[in-house]
Amino acid sequence: MTWAVMGITLFVLLGVAFVLGSLLAGKLIRPSIPHPQKGEIYECGEPTVGDSRIQFDLRFYVVALVFVIFDVEVALLYPWARVYLQNARTAFVDLLFFFGVLLVGFAYLWRFGYLDWVRSSAGQQRGGQTSGDEDIAA
Amino acid sequence: MRINATVIPSLAMSNSLLATLVLVVAVFAVVMGIVTYLTLLERKVAAWIQDRYGPNRCGPLGLIQPLADAVKMLFKEEFIPARADRWLYLIAPMWIIVPALVAVAVVPLAGTVEIAGQFVRLQIADINVGLLYIVGVGSLSVYAVVLGGWASNSKYSFLGGLRSTAQMISYEVPLGLTLLSLVLVSGGSLRLEEIVAHQSGYWWGWLPRWNAFTQPLALVIFFTCMLAESNRLPFDLPEAEQELVGGYHTEYSSMKFGMFMMAEYAHVLVSSMVLAVLFLGGWSFWGLRDEQTAWYFALAKLAVLLGKAGLIIFFVMQIRWTLPRFRFDQVMRLAWKGWIPAALALLAANALLLYWMAPALVYTLANVALLALFVFAGQFSRSPVTGRQLSLRAVESELQTTNP
Repeated sequence: MTWAVMGITLFVLLGVAFVLGSLLAGKLIRPSIPHPQKGEIYECGEPTVGDSRIQFDLRFYVVALVFVIFDVEVALLYPWARVYLQNARTAFVDLLFFFGVLLVGFAYLWRFGYLDWVRSSAGQQRGGQTSGDEDIAA
Repeated sequence: MRINATVIPSLAMSNSLLATLVLVVAVFAVVMGIVTYLTLLERKVAAWIQDRYGPNRCGPLGLIQPLADAVKMLFKEEFIPARADRWLYLIAPMWIIVPALVAVAVVPLAGTVEIAGQFVRLQIADINVGLLYIVGVGSLSVYAVVLGGWASNSKYSFLGGLRSTAQMISYEVPLGLTLLSLVLVSGGSLRLEEIVAHQSGYWWGWLPRWNAFTQPLALVIFFTCMLAESNRLPFDLPEAEQELVGGYHTEYSSMKFGMFMMAEYAHVLVSSMVLAVLFLGGWSFWGLRDEQTAWYFALAKLAVLLGKAGLIIFFVMQIRWTLPRFRFDQVMRLAWKGWIPAALALLAANALLLYWMAPALVYTLANVALLALFVFAGQFSRSPVTGRQLSLRAVESELQTTNP
């Protein structure tokens, strides 16, 4: 184990120790007067209705999927950037090929509206969807 | 064509065990101290912008206020929602602050210092994948936000956590791509010390060779992503007070809430330091050179780095108190339709210019041209019509037909 790894490990341990220490100190000195109403979650004073772990919008899932693709691409490009200067011509052609493949997918996403957050209502109105924000005032 | 990356001789050596130990403790203490006082600075800046006094009761100019806050948080009773997942609820505040702090371990603080005949590099860990480490550690904090939102079993927290996940992962892509551009123009090095060394020296004898001058578009993208990653305004949708109360930390109280607060400022501090290192030359300044190893030079270098980070932090705080919040679809549009194509284009442009071995000014021009192009194209890129706009339009047309 090199010193560098040890330094980082020590730093992480110190951080964890600080967090645990201050949470423990708080636990020891703060008052604890339990009451059933203190266990209620905050919802502006209203009694809560149902569980909060409900089905959520599928768009979050699409964003996560697209993110994985792009993030893998970024991760793959780091070694590429490290050795770029050793053979710049080949590396540049590689980059263009890589981008080309990726941009086909990106263009698909863009064209079919997967990059639009408010797609659901816009998709129903295929005709007049290109007008902008300023149309609200019109 | 083969260009070797610049290697400083002093990079080869490593710190001793004692020096590492002292450095770890000292850096941790200094960072925590600064983070604590950033809360006060934020309130003072807010007061200054809104023409108020700000905290001024605890000590002169309110200087003891952070300590008073800490004591208050320690003594507050803690409410844990009855239906929360208690383990995840406990892990989230711990998880959010540690990654935020740990990124500082690879930041080169002040070059090399000579103490009692021994050379010590003021950097906790000089790893050769420093930049990758920062990206990796930085993306860990998203888990804490998700956990906090999920474990609380509150609707506000859940919504905040979801939004935050989508936002943080979206802005991670342009961030990573921008850093790639930076790696390219820094001679292919991922080691932060070498990136700083690459920015030492001057153009025309006086203008520092900072990346900010050759890569302005990268700077803009990085700064935006940094705001989005640390959930600061105008990207603070995860905890938008007016609609989500506190977002993912709505249900947290006492010291656990304090952890979330500290983590936010730790994020701002660490990312400002990283920005200073990557774009503003780290500790490099007029008159400071790498071979100056006396302790007062090290102090001056540290002061320069913290001063640059301080200016960035001040700017971030000003942004918070002057700009309105983005709408969520605007946030996503900026990431996916703005900065990701821009960062891809920038990477390709930098690679091409590097292949041609273009002079530095050409990089600046290419960056400015790309930025102008994207701002110009943004004028014509329209957001899709929302359901609310459709219903508004229907009401308007109905009004026009009924009473002309």
